[in-house]
Amino acid sequence: MARITVDTGKCIGSAQCVLAAPDVFDQDDDGFVMVLDDNPSGEAETTARTARGICPAQAITVHD
Amino acid sequence: MTSTDAAQLVPFMMRRPGAPFPPPEYEEFRTKPGLVKAALPSGETVWLVTRHEEVRAVLTDPRISSNPANEGFPRPSRTVGAPSADEVPGWFVSLDPPDHNRFRKALIPEFTVRRIRSLRPAVEEIVDRAIDQMLARGDSAELVEDFSLTVPSLVISSLLGVPKVDRDFFEEKTKVLVTLTSTDEQRDKASEHLLRYINRLITIKSKRPGDDLISRLLQGGLLTPQELSGVAMLLLIAGHETTANNISLGVVTLLQQKQWIGDERTIEELLRYHSVADLVALRVAVEDVEIGGQLVRKGEGIVPLVAGANHDPEMFERPHEFDPSRPATGHVAFGYGVHQCLGQNLVRLEMEVAYRGLFGRIPTLEVAVPLEELQFKYDGVLFGLHALPVRW
Ligand code: HEM
Ligand code: SF4
Repeated sequence: MARITVDTGKCIGSAQCVLAAPDVFDQDDDGFVMVLDDNPSGEAETTARTARGICPAQAITVHD
Repeated sequence: MTSTDAAQLVPFMMRRPGAPFPPPEYEEFRTKPGLVKAALPSGETVWLVTRHEEVRAVLTDPRISSNPANEGFPRPSRTVGAPSADEVPGWFVSLDPPDHNRFRKALIPEFTVRRIRSLRPAVEEIVDRAIDQMLARGDSAELVEDFSLTVPSLVISSLLGVPKVDRDFFEEKTKVLVTLTSTDEQRDKASEHLLRYINRLITIKSKRPGDDLISRLLQGGLLTPQELSGVAMLLLIAGHETTANNISLGVVTLLQQKQWIGDERTIEELLRYHSVADLVALRVAVEDVEIGGQLVRKGEGIVPLVAGANHDPEMFERPHEFDPSRPATGHVAFGYGVHQCLGQNLVRLEMEVAYRGLFGRIPTLEVAVPLEELQFKYDGVLFGLHALPVRW
Protein backbone atom coordinates (compact mmCIF):
# COMPACT_ATOMS: atom_id res chain seq x y z
CA MET A 1 0.00 0.00 0.00
CA ALA A 2 1.17 3.52 -0.73
CA ARG A 3 -0.55 6.85 -0.42
CA ILE A 4 -0.76 8.97 -3.57
CA THR A 5 -1.00 12.75 -3.72
CA VAL A 6 -0.89 15.07 -6.73
CA ASP A 7 -0.09 18.74 -7.19
CA THR A 8 -2.68 19.95 -9.69
CA GLY A 9 -0.92 23.32 -9.78
CA LYS A 10 2.04 21.63 -11.47
CA CYS A 11 0.03 19.27 -13.70
CA ILE A 12 0.18 20.05 -17.44
CA GLY A 13 -2.49 17.55 -18.47
CA SER A 14 -0.19 15.26 -20.43
CA ALA A 15 -2.25 12.21 -19.40
CA GLN A 16 0.86 10.07 -19.00
CA CYS A 17 -0.47 8.94 -15.62
CA VAL A 18 -3.87 8.04 -17.05
CA LEU A 19 -2.24 5.86 -19.69
CA ALA A 20 0.21 4.22 -17.28
CA ALA A 21 -2.14 3.74 -14.32
CA PRO A 22 -5.77 4.00 -15.45
CA ASP A 23 -7.03 2.50 -12.19
CA VAL A 24 -5.31 5.18 -10.13
CA PHE A 25 -5.52 8.38 -12.21
CA ASP A 26 -8.00 10.13 -14.47
CA GLN A 27 -8.34 13.59 -15.98
CA ASP A 28 -11.10 16.04 -15.07
CA ASP A 29 -12.94 17.97 -17.79
CA ASP A 30 -10.29 20.66 -17.74
CA GLY A 31 -7.63 18.04 -18.45
CA PHE A 32 -5.97 18.12 -15.01
CA VAL A 33 -5.08 15.00 -13.05
CA MET A 34 -7.65 13.45 -10.71
CA VAL A 35 -6.84 10.65 -8.27
CA LEU A 36 -9.27 7.72 -8.47
CA ASP A 37 -7.54 5.52 -5.89
CA ASP A 38 -5.31 7.27 -3.37
CA ASN A 39 -4.29 4.06 -1.63
CA PRO A 40 -3.45 1.61 -4.40
CA SER A 41 -1.96 -1.78 -3.71
CA GLY A 42 -0.58 -4.65 -5.79
CA GLU A 43 -0.53 -4.09 -9.54
CA ALA A 44 -2.20 -0.68 -9.19
CA GLU A 45 0.54 0.45 -6.83
CA THR A 46 3.22 -0.62 -9.32
CA THR A 47 1.54 1.30 -12.13
CA ALA A 48 1.17 4.35 -9.88
CA ARG A 49 4.93 4.31 -9.28
CA THR A 50 5.55 4.10 -13.03
CA ALA A 51 3.26 7.11 -13.48
CA ARG A 52 5.19 9.03 -10.84
CA GLY A 53 8.41 8.29 -12.73
CA ILE A 54 7.17 9.46 -16.12
CA CYS A 55 4.98 12.45 -15.17
CA PRO A 56 6.62 15.28 -17.13
CA ALA A 57 5.59 17.86 -14.54
CA GLN A 58 6.73 15.81 -11.52
CA ALA A 59 3.31 16.41 -10.04
CA ILE A 60 2.79 12.96 -8.47
CA THR A 61 4.08 11.91 -5.05
CA VAL A 62 4.03 8.36 -3.70
CA HIS A 63 4.24 8.34 0.12
CA ASP A 64 5.62 5.05 1.43
CA MET B 1 35.46 32.27 -28.53
CA THR B 2 38.55 32.33 -30.78
CA SER B 3 38.76 30.40 -34.03
CA THR B 4 41.29 27.90 -32.63
CA ASP B 5 38.85 27.05 -29.87
CA ALA B 6 36.08 26.64 -32.43
CA ALA B 7 38.25 24.23 -34.44
CA GLN B 8 38.52 21.92 -31.44
CA LEU B 9 34.78 21.75 -30.95
CA VAL B 10 32.67 19.03 -32.49
CA PRO B 11 30.68 20.36 -35.42
CA PHE B 12 26.93 20.13 -35.14
CA MET B 13 24.56 18.69 -36.50
CA MET B 14 25.60 15.05 -36.97
CA ARG B 15 24.20 12.59 -39.46
CA ARG B 16 22.49 9.35 -38.71
CA PRO B 17 24.40 6.48 -40.32
CA GLY B 18 21.80 5.13 -42.71
CA ALA B 19 19.79 3.58 -39.91
CA PRO B 20 17.19 5.03 -37.62
CA PHE B 21 19.72 5.18 -34.79
CA PRO B 22 20.98 8.48 -33.50
CA PRO B 23 24.38 9.60 -34.77
CA PRO B 24 27.15 7.30 -33.42
CA GLU B 25 28.94 10.31 -31.93
CA TYR B 26 26.25 10.49 -29.25
CA GLU B 27 27.56 7.22 -27.81
CA GLU B 28 30.97 8.70 -27.32
CA PHE B 29 29.52 11.91 -25.86
CA ARG B 30 27.50 9.92 -23.37
CA THR B 31 30.65 8.37 -21.89
CA LYS B 32 32.29 11.76 -21.30
CA PRO B 33 31.84 13.50 -17.98
CA GLY B 34 29.79 16.69 -18.08
CA LEU B 35 28.32 17.96 -21.33
CA VAL B 36 29.85 18.31 -24.79
CA LYS B 37 30.50 21.68 -26.37
CA ALA B 38 29.69 21.84 -30.07
CA ALA B 39 29.84 24.48 -32.79
CA LEU B 40 26.82 25.27 -34.93
CA PRO B 41 27.33 26.09 -38.62
CA SER B 42 26.93 29.74 -37.61
CA GLY B 43 29.96 29.43 -35.34
CA GLU B 44 27.79 29.76 -32.22
CA THR B 45 28.56 27.21 -29.53
CA VAL B 46 26.06 25.06 -27.66
CA TRP B 47 26.08 22.37 -24.99
CA LEU B 48 24.92 18.95 -26.19
CA VAL B 49 23.11 16.69 -23.73
CA THR B 50 22.93 12.98 -24.55
CA ARG B 51 22.16 11.14 -21.29
CA HIS B 52 18.55 10.41 -20.37
CA GLU B 53 18.80 11.71 -16.83
CA GLU B 54 20.39 14.98 -17.89
CA VAL B 55 18.00 15.56 -20.79
CA ARG B 56 15.19 15.32 -18.27
CA ALA B 57 17.06 17.62 -15.88
CA VAL B 58 17.49 20.29 -18.59
CA LEU B 59 13.84 20.09 -19.62
CA THR B 60 12.58 20.60 -16.05
CA ASP B 61 14.98 23.27 -14.78
CA PRO B 62 13.33 26.68 -14.26
CA ARG B 63 16.70 28.40 -14.90
CA ILE B 64 16.62 27.07 -18.45
CA SER B 65 14.41 28.84 -20.96
CA SER B 66 12.53 27.98 -24.17
CA ASN B 67 12.28 31.61 -25.21
CA PRO B 68 14.28 32.43 -28.38
CA ALA B 69 14.14 36.12 -27.43
CA ASN B 70 16.75 35.37 -24.75
CA GLU B 71 20.37 36.13 -25.54
CA GLY B 72 22.27 33.02 -26.60
CA PHE B 73 19.30 30.92 -27.74
CA PRO B 74 20.60 28.36 -30.29
CA ARG B 75 19.87 28.99 -33.98
CA PRO B 76 21.15 25.91 -35.82
CA SER B 77 20.36 27.49 -39.20
CA ARG B 78 18.15 30.08 -40.83
CA THR B 79 15.26 27.69 -41.28
CA VAL B 80 15.87 25.74 -38.09
CA GLY B 81 14.99 27.72 -35.04
CA ALA B 82 11.77 28.72 -33.48
CA PRO B 83 10.03 32.07 -33.74
CA SER B 84 9.47 33.78 -30.41
CA ALA B 85 6.01 34.56 -29.08
CA ASP B 86 6.83 38.24 -29.73
CA GLU B 87 7.10 37.46 -33.43
CA VAL B 88 4.07 35.15 -33.50
CA PRO B 89 1.58 35.77 -30.65
CA GLY B 90 0.27 32.40 -29.48
CA TRP B 91 3.47 30.50 -30.29
CA PHE B 92 3.46 29.16 -26.74
CA VAL B 93 6.11 26.49 -27.20
CA SER B 94 8.50 29.46 -27.04
CA LEU B 95 7.14 30.83 -23.77
CA ASP B 96 8.34 30.01 -20.27
CA PRO B 97 6.10 29.63 -17.24
CA PRO B 98 4.17 31.55 -16.02
CA ASP B 99 3.37 33.04 -19.50
CA HIS B 100 3.12 29.52 -20.92
CA ASN B 101 0.54 28.36 -18.33
CA ARG B 102 -2.47 30.20 -19.75
CA PHE B 103 -2.01 28.62 -23.18
CA ARG B 104 -1.46 25.11 -21.89
CA LYS B 105 -4.51 25.44 -19.62
CA ALA B 106 -6.65 26.63 -22.53
CA LEU B 107 -5.50 23.77 -24.76
CA ILE B 108 -5.41 20.67 -22.56
CA PRO B 109 -9.17 20.07 -22.44
CA GLU B 110 -8.89 19.59 -26.23
CA PHE B 111 -6.30 16.82 -25.84
CA THR B 112 -7.50 14.72 -22.90
CA VAL B 113 -7.48 10.94 -23.29
CA ARG B 114 -11.26 11.00 -23.47
CA ARG B 115 -11.41 13.72 -26.12
CA ILE B 116 -8.79 11.98 -28.24
CA ARG B 117 -10.69 8.69 -27.99
CA SER B 118 -13.76 10.41 -29.32
CA LEU B 119 -11.77 11.35 -32.44
CA ARG B 120 -11.17 7.72 -33.38
CA PRO B 121 -14.04 7.40 -35.89
CA ALA B 122 -12.92 10.61 -37.64
CA VAL B 123 -9.30 9.40 -37.83
CA GLU B 124 -10.45 5.99 -39.10
CA GLU B 125 -12.47 7.63 -41.82
CA ILE B 126 -9.49 9.74 -42.90
CA VAL B 127 -7.15 6.73 -42.97
CA ASP B 128 -9.68 4.59 -44.86
CA ARG B 129 -10.20 7.27 -47.49
CA ALA B 130 -6.45 7.68 -48.01
CA ILE B 131 -6.07 3.91 -48.45
CA ASP B 132 -9.09 3.76 -50.81
CA GLN B 133 -7.42 6.38 -52.99
CA MET B 134 -4.09 4.55 -53.01
CA LEU B 135 -5.76 1.26 -53.94
CA ALA B 136 -7.83 2.92 -56.65
CA ARG B 137 -4.69 4.20 -58.35
CA GLY B 138 -3.05 0.80 -58.86
CA ASP B 139 -0.62 -1.52 -57.13
CA SER B 140 2.06 0.91 -55.96
CA ALA B 141 2.35 4.28 -54.22
CA GLU B 142 4.73 6.80 -52.76
CA LEU B 143 3.67 6.45 -49.17
CA VAL B 144 5.05 9.73 -47.77
CA GLU B 145 3.08 11.91 -50.16
CA ASP B 146 0.06 9.66 -50.65
CA PHE B 147 -0.50 8.67 -47.06
CA SER B 148 1.86 9.78 -44.29
CA LEU B 149 1.58 13.51 -44.97
CA THR B 150 -2.08 13.35 -45.95
CA VAL B 151 -3.38 11.73 -42.77
CA PRO B 152 -2.03 14.17 -40.13
CA SER B 153 -2.93 17.17 -42.28
CA LEU B 154 -6.54 16.01 -42.57
CA VAL B 155 -6.67 15.13 -38.87
CA ILE B 156 -5.49 18.59 -37.85
CA SER B 157 -7.88 20.30 -40.22
CA SER B 158 -10.73 18.25 -38.81
CA LEU B 159 -9.64 19.10 -35.26
CA LEU B 160 -9.46 22.82 -36.01
CA GLY B 161 -12.85 22.76 -37.73
CA VAL B 162 -11.72 23.39 -41.31
CA PRO B 163 -14.83 22.68 -43.45
CA LYS B 164 -14.55 19.55 -45.62
CA VAL B 165 -14.67 21.57 -48.85
CA ASP B 166 -11.48 23.43 -47.85
CA ARG B 167 -9.46 20.42 -46.76
CA ASP B 168 -7.83 19.84 -50.13
CA PHE B 169 -6.59 23.42 -50.14
CA PHE B 170 -5.36 23.00 -46.58
CA GLU B 171 -3.60 19.74 -47.34
CA GLU B 172 -1.95 21.12 -50.46
CA LYS B 173 -0.55 24.15 -48.62
CA THR B 174 0.65 22.21 -45.59
CA LYS B 175 2.50 19.77 -47.88
CA VAL B 176 4.36 22.61 -49.59
CA LEU B 177 5.75 23.60 -46.19
CA VAL B 178 7.43 20.25 -45.63
CA THR B 179 8.35 19.03 -49.10
CA LEU B 180 12.04 18.90 -49.93
CA THR B 181 11.62 20.27 -53.43
CA SER B 182 9.69 23.38 -52.36
CA THR B 183 11.66 26.60 -52.72
CA ASP B 184 11.87 29.09 -49.84
CA GLU B 185 9.59 31.36 -51.81
CA GLN B 186 6.97 28.62 -52.26
CA ARG B 187 7.16 27.86 -48.55
CA ASP B 188 6.74 31.48 -47.52
CA LYS B 189 3.78 31.84 -49.83
CA ALA B 190 2.08 28.66 -48.58
CA SER B 191 2.62 29.77 -45.01
CA GLU B 192 1.11 33.18 -45.79
CA HIS B 193 -1.94 31.54 -47.45
CA LEU B 194 -2.47 29.26 -44.49
CA LEU B 195 -2.24 32.09 -41.98
CA ARG B 196 -4.69 34.15 -43.99
CA TYR B 197 -7.02 31.14 -44.22
CA ILE B 198 -6.82 30.50 -40.47
CA ASN B 199 -7.57 34.13 -39.68
CA ARG B 200 -10.63 33.99 -41.91
CA LEU B 201 -11.71 30.75 -40.25
CA ILE B 202 -11.43 32.40 -36.83
CA THR B 203 -13.64 35.29 -37.98
CA ILE B 204 -16.22 32.85 -39.34
CA LYS B 205 -16.19 30.70 -36.18
CA SER B 206 -16.63 33.74 -33.96
CA LYS B 207 -19.89 34.47 -35.78
CA ARG B 208 -21.04 30.89 -36.31
CA PRO B 209 -19.42 28.57 -33.77
CA GLY B 210 -19.22 24.86 -34.51
CA ASP B 211 -18.16 21.74 -32.61
CA ASP B 212 -14.41 22.27 -32.97
CA LEU B 213 -11.28 23.45 -31.21
CA ILE B 214 -11.24 26.98 -32.62
CA SER B 215 -14.88 27.64 -31.72
CA ARG B 216 -14.46 26.31 -28.18
CA LEU B 217 -11.31 28.33 -27.57
CA LEU B 218 -12.99 31.48 -28.86
CA GLN B 219 -15.87 30.91 -26.49
CA GLY B 220 -13.55 30.02 -23.62
CA GLY B 221 -12.20 33.56 -23.77
CA LEU B 222 -8.74 32.68 -22.39
CA LEU B 223 -7.00 33.60 -25.63
CA THR B 224 -7.40 36.52 -28.01
CA PRO B 225 -8.31 35.80 -31.66
CA GLN B 226 -4.79 36.89 -32.63
CA GLU B 227 -3.21 34.45 -30.16
CA LEU B 228 -5.56 31.75 -31.38
CA SER B 229 -4.29 32.20 -34.90
CA GLY B 230 -0.70 31.60 -33.67
CA VAL B 231 -1.89 28.58 -31.69
CA ALA B 232 -3.60 27.11 -34.77
CA MET B 233 -0.42 27.58 -36.84
CA LEU B 234 1.63 25.98 -34.06
CA LEU B 235 -0.66 22.93 -33.92
CA LEU B 236 -0.46 22.62 -37.66
CA ILE B 237 3.31 22.87 -37.88
CA ALA B 238 4.10 20.88 -34.73
CA GLY B 239 1.77 18.07 -35.68
CA HIS B 240 2.29 17.55 -39.38
CA GLU B 241 5.76 16.46 -40.44
CA THR B 242 6.52 14.97 -37.01
CA THR B 243 3.61 12.58 -37.28
CA ALA B 244 4.19 11.88 -40.99
CA ASN B 245 7.83 10.93 -40.38
CA ASN B 246 6.85 8.60 -37.58
CA ILE B 247 4.21 6.89 -39.70
CA SER B 248 6.62 6.30 -42.63
CA LEU B 249 9.58 5.14 -40.54
CA GLY B 250 7.25 2.88 -38.60
CA VAL B 251 6.05 1.22 -41.80
CA VAL B 252 9.65 0.40 -42.77
CA THR B 253 10.55 -0.87 -39.31
CA LEU B 254 7.40 -2.94 -38.89
CA LEU B 255 7.74 -4.48 -42.37
CA GLN B 256 11.30 -5.50 -41.48
CA GLN B 257 9.98 -7.12 -38.33
CA LYS B 258 7.37 -8.89 -40.44
CA GLN B 259 4.89 -8.41 -37.65
CA TRP B 260 2.47 -5.82 -36.47
CA ILE B 261 1.30 -6.39 -32.95
CA GLY B 262 -1.18 -3.60 -32.64
CA ASP B 263 -0.63 -2.85 -29.00
CA GLU B 264 0.47 0.22 -27.09
CA ARG B 265 3.97 -1.11 -26.48
CA THR B 266 4.72 -1.32 -30.19
CA ILE B 267 3.75 2.32 -30.65
CA GLU B 268 5.88 3.47 -27.69
CA GLU B 269 8.83 1.47 -28.96
CA LEU B 270 8.50 3.00 -32.43
CA LEU B 271 8.47 6.47 -30.89
CA ARG B 272 11.53 5.72 -28.78
CA TYR B 273 13.44 3.92 -31.52
CA HIS B 274 13.07 6.58 -34.21
CA SER B 275 13.02 9.68 -31.96
CA VAL B 276 12.30 11.91 -34.94
CA ALA B 277 12.27 15.17 -32.97
CA ASP B 278 15.88 14.88 -31.79
CA LEU B 279 16.70 18.56 -32.29
CA VAL B 280 13.37 20.14 -31.49
CA ALA B 281 13.70 21.12 -27.85
CA LEU B 282 16.24 23.97 -27.97
CA ARG B 283 17.03 25.88 -24.77
CA VAL B 284 19.17 28.61 -23.22
CA ALA B 285 20.35 29.08 -19.62
CA VAL B 286 19.00 32.30 -18.11
CA GLU B 287 21.05 31.82 -14.93
CA ASP B 288 24.22 29.86 -14.23
CA VAL B 289 23.22 26.23 -13.75
CA GLU B 290 25.00 22.94 -13.20
CA ILE B 291 23.88 20.01 -15.35
CA GLY B 292 25.51 16.61 -14.87
CA GLY B 293 28.49 18.22 -13.17
CA GLN B 294 28.90 20.77 -15.95
CA LEU B 295 28.65 24.47 -15.25
CA VAL B 296 26.50 26.11 -17.91
CA ARG B 297 26.72 29.88 -17.84
CA LYS B 298 23.85 32.29 -18.25
CA GLY B 299 23.37 32.97 -21.97
CA GLU B 300 24.76 29.64 -23.19
CA GLY B 301 22.66 27.53 -25.53
CA ILE B 302 21.69 23.95 -24.69
CA VAL B 303 20.48 21.17 -27.00
CA PRO B 304 18.93 18.25 -25.12
CA LEU B 305 19.05 15.47 -27.69
CA VAL B 306 15.99 13.29 -27.25
CA ALA B 307 17.35 10.58 -29.57
CA GLY B 308 20.45 10.49 -27.38
CA ALA B 309 18.34 10.07 -24.26
CA ASN B 310 16.15 7.43 -25.88
CA HIS B 311 19.18 5.36 -26.86
CA ASP B 312 20.93 5.69 -23.51
CA PRO B 313 21.78 2.12 -22.42
CA GLU B 314 21.47 3.19 -18.77
CA MET B 315 17.77 3.70 -19.44
CA PHE B 316 17.01 1.21 -22.21
CA GLU B 317 18.91 -2.05 -22.58
CA ARG B 318 20.12 -2.87 -26.11
CA PRO B 319 18.88 0.54 -27.23
CA HIS B 320 19.56 0.00 -30.95
CA GLU B 321 17.36 -3.07 -31.01
CA PHE B 322 13.73 -2.56 -31.96
CA ASP B 323 11.93 -4.62 -29.35
CA PRO B 324 8.16 -4.16 -29.24
CA SER B 325 7.94 -6.29 -26.12
CA ARG B 326 9.95 -3.83 -24.01
CA PRO B 327 8.08 -1.29 -21.93
CA ALA B 328 9.46 1.87 -23.58
CA THR B 329 7.54 4.14 -21.19
CA GLY B 330 9.82 6.84 -19.94
CA HIS B 331 11.14 7.72 -23.39
CA VAL B 332 11.40 11.42 -24.13
CA ALA B 333 10.42 11.34 -27.82
CA PHE B 334 7.79 13.96 -26.92
CA GLY B 335 10.11 15.93 -24.69
CA TYR B 336 9.67 16.33 -20.94
CA GLY B 337 8.67 19.05 -18.51
CA VAL B 338 5.97 21.67 -19.07
CA HIS B 339 6.39 21.68 -22.86
CA GLN B 340 5.96 17.94 -23.31
CA CYS B 341 4.09 17.42 -26.54
CA LEU B 342 0.48 18.49 -26.36
CA GLY B 343 -0.45 16.28 -29.31
CA GLN B 344 1.12 13.06 -28.07
CA ASN B 345 -2.08 11.14 -27.47
CA LEU B 346 -3.38 12.17 -30.86
CA VAL B 347 -0.14 10.86 -32.40
CA ARG B 348 -0.59 7.50 -30.65
CA LEU B 349 -4.11 7.25 -32.06
CA GLU B 350 -3.05 8.25 -35.58
CA MET B 351 -0.17 5.76 -35.65
CA GLU B 352 -2.31 2.89 -34.42
CA VAL B 353 -5.15 3.57 -36.85
CA ALA B 354 -2.67 4.08 -39.71
CA TYR B 355 -0.89 0.74 -39.19
CA ARG B 356 -4.10 -1.13 -38.53
CA GLY B 357 -5.47 0.24 -41.80
CA LEU B 358 -2.35 -0.29 -43.91
CA PHE B 359 -1.39 -3.77 -42.70
CA GLY B 360 -5.00 -4.89 -42.28
CA ARG B 361 -6.24 -3.80 -45.67
CA ILE B 362 -3.03 -4.32 -47.67
CA PRO B 363 -1.52 -7.55 -46.28
CA THR B 364 0.97 -7.79 -49.16
CA LEU B 365 2.34 -4.27 -48.61
CA GLU B 366 6.13 -4.07 -49.14
CA VAL B 367 8.85 -1.48 -49.69
CA ALA B 368 9.46 -1.28 -53.44
CA VAL B 369 13.18 -0.44 -53.36
CA PRO B 370 16.17 -1.97 -51.53
CA LEU B 371 16.42 -0.43 -48.05
CA GLU B 372 19.86 1.05 -48.86
CA GLU B 373 18.21 3.21 -51.50
CA LEU B 374 15.76 4.86 -49.15
CA GLN B 375 16.31 8.59 -48.83
CA PHE B 376 16.45 9.52 -45.16
CA LYS B 377 16.24 13.07 -43.88
CA TYR B 378 19.72 13.27 -42.46
CA ASP B 379 20.15 16.99 -42.32
CA GLY B 380 16.86 18.41 -41.17
CA VAL B 381 15.67 19.13 -37.65
CA LEU B 382 13.33 16.18 -37.93
CA PHE B 383 14.49 12.70 -38.86
CA GLY B 384 12.35 10.91 -41.42
CA LEU B 385 12.08 9.75 -45.00
CA HIS B 386 11.89 11.99 -48.05
CA ALA B 387 10.03 9.31 -49.97
CA LEU B 388 8.88 5.75 -49.42
CA PRO B 389 8.02 3.79 -52.59
CA VAL B 390 5.74 0.85 -51.73
CA ARG B 391 3.85 -1.80 -53.71
CA TRP B 392 1.37 -4.58 -52.98
C1 HEM C 1 5.21 11.90 -33.65
C2 HEM C 1 4.82 13.12 -33.67
C3 HEM C 1 5.29 14.21 -32.73
C4 HEM C 1 6.50 14.33 -32.07
C5 HEM C 1 7.69 13.38 -32.11
C6 HEM C 1 6.42 15.57 -31.32
C7 HEM C 1 7.43 16.03 -30.51
C8 HEM C 1 7.34 17.14 -29.69
C9 HEM C 1 8.38 17.58 -28.79
C10 HEM C 1 9.74 16.93 -28.59
C11 HEM C 1 7.91 18.68 -28.14
C12 HEM C 1 8.63 19.47 -27.05
C13 HEM C 1 9.27 20.72 -27.58
C14 HEM C 1 10.05 21.46 -26.51
O1 HEM C 1 10.16 21.01 -25.37
O2 HEM C 1 10.59 22.55 -26.84
C15 HEM C 1 6.58 18.95 -28.66
C16 HEM C 1 5.77 20.00 -28.26
C17 HEM C 1 4.55 20.27 -28.83
N1 HEM C 1 3.85 19.50 -29.73
FE1 HEM C 1 4.46 17.77 -30.54
N2 HEM C 1 5.20 16.15 -31.52
C18 HEM C 1 4.47 15.36 -32.38
C19 HEM C 1 3.18 15.58 -32.84
C20 HEM C 1 2.37 16.62 -32.45
C21 HEM C 1 0.99 16.80 -32.84
C22 HEM C 1 0.17 15.85 -33.70
C23 HEM C 1 0.59 17.99 -32.31
C24 HEM C 1 -0.74 18.70 -32.37
C25 HEM C 1 -1.82 18.35 -32.88
C26 HEM C 1 1.71 18.53 -31.56
C27 HEM C 1 1.67 19.72 -30.87
C28 HEM C 1 2.67 20.15 -30.03
C29 HEM C 1 2.59 21.39 -29.27
C30 HEM C 1 1.46 22.39 -29.31
C31 HEM C 1 3.77 21.48 -28.53
C32 HEM C 1 4.16 22.58 -27.55
C33 HEM C 1 3.62 22.25 -26.20
C34 HEM C 1 3.98 23.26 -25.14
O3 HEM C 1 4.86 24.11 -25.36
O4 HEM C 1 3.34 23.23 -24.08
N3 HEM C 1 2.76 17.67 -31.66
N4 HEM C 1 6.25 17.98 -29.59
S1 SF4 D 1 1.26 12.67 -15.93
FE1 SF4 D 1 1.61 14.42 -14.59
S2 SF4 D 1 1.28 16.21 -15.87
FE2 SF4 D 1 0.42 14.48 -16.96
S3 SF4 D 1 -1.75 14.49 -16.38
FE3 SF4 D 1 -0.68 13.12 -14.97
S4 SF4 D 1 -0.16 14.42 -13.23
FE4 SF4 D 1 -0.67 15.80 -14.91
